[in-house]
Amino acid sequence: MLKHLISIHDYSREDILKTLEMAAAFEKNPTQPIFSNKVIASIFFEPSTRTRLSFETAANRLGARVVGFSDAGNTSVTKGETLKDTIMMVSNYADLIVMRHPLDGSARYASEVSSVPIINAGDGSNQHPSQTLLDLYSILKTQGTLNNLKINVIGDLKYGRTVHSLLQAMSHFSPTFKFISPNELRLPQEYREFLTSKNIPFTESKLLSDGINNADIIYMTRVQKERFSDPIEYERIKNVYSLNSSMLQGCKPNMKILHPLPRVNEIAQDVDSSSHAYYFAQAQNGVYTRMAIIALLLGINTL
Amino acid sequence: MEKQLKVSAIKDGTVLDHIPSDQLFRVIDILGLNNSMNQITFGTNFDSKLLGKKGIIKISDKYFEADDINRIALIAPLAKINIIHDFEVVEKHVLTVPSTIKGIVKCMNPMCITNHQPIETFFTTILDSPQIKLLCHYCEKVTDKDNLKIISNRQ
Repeated sequence: MLKHLISIHDYSREDILKTLEMAAAFEKNPTQPIFSNKVIASIFFEPSTRTRLSFETAANRLGARVVGFSDAGNTSVTKGETLKDTIMMVSNYADLIVMRHPLDGSARYASEVSSVPIINAGDGSNQHPSQTLLDLYSILKTQGTLNNLKINVIGDLKYGRTVHSLLQAMSHFSPTFKFISPNELRLPQEYREFLTSKNIPFTESKLLSDGINNADIIYMTRVQKERFSDPIEYERIKNVYSLNSSMLQGCKPNMKILHPLPRVNEIAQDVDSSSHAYYFAQAQNGVYTRMAIIALLLGINTL
Repeated sequence: MEKQLKVSAIKDGTVLDHIPSDQLFRVIDILGLNNSMNQITFGTNFDSKLLGKKGIIKISDKYFEADDINRIALIAPLAKINIIHDFEVVEKHVLTVPSTIKGIVKCMNPMCITNHQPIETFFTTILDSPQIKLLCHYCEKVTDKDNLKIISNRQ
């Protein structure tokens, strides 16, 4: 098993499956104080509510003590301390570090100077691998398999890091993708080339409901206002890329809708009560997945 | 005397030929020659069939390791390396682009950690394309040839 969780690229098919297997074991029995003698540092150089609470809940359910900060404002970083010095210091205090940092590549660098495992809880716009693993856990749990699934990915395919990591992680499992986005937010060429090189079939469309009846998973992402130079264009697209319950009538019974959250209006409220809505359960799966990630990095391979 | 040498010959050492004129001083920089104690002669803007204008560097009593000299492949891919013994060329080498690049190049991503903290850059070269592309080990973004900025070696 790997020493850190930095990028989904580092995880092989086997590493992914092992993590999901552990997550399932934690879901069966979510309170397992196996790390009552451990201290976990949760250092967030930029604010994040969901990810930080999810990791800290996971650490607490494992019986570990949590130290750290949720905002770099009150730390020695404001005095000009380098990331290296902060990590050197914290790795002397804690047995594992969960870190979020606004700069791309900060997590990789931290793993090179730390004496304890580092979990990347988001490094700028680069990677957020625990999100990807919980997405995969949600897919596996609802579909019973990760293999040969039809996945429609909708929204901001250009800047959405969860989308890029998802397709890289799913590339181990022979998926078929449909990418649905406005022209401005189309999947970048490097990722289209990546899928072609892996012989993974995909189609692209601008129409939200395209192929919706064939999909096993619909992965929605938020279209962010700041991505548009023209505010009128944003208003138009925001209303076009909004999923509502009337679109779901012909869907496969077991189709599930995922979303990394927070959602704004890309999923209408009337979808929440549908059997297809899975995004809140998905967030809960995050705790089990993060318990699995922590346990594996601290050397526990079976429960 | 039309064929007269414009840069005097050296007895023993290394001659770097076919360096693009506009890259001459960057090559000197990358090889750290500005801190060298060896005798060095160089010239630039010579006529070249291959490059239009070229530069030449001659370093007496200095022989480079392949890993060191290959670092200039990023900016002078057509450079020829001649090893001189007793005024004779005894070996000729062409450059090969190294599979990884440590230092030398700046990552083009302004949000990359290497552009904000004192960290040496580290890239993997992507060779499947005709142009050199560098994948940043830290931020996982690609720096292409058009955006290649060389970090100065000067101390």
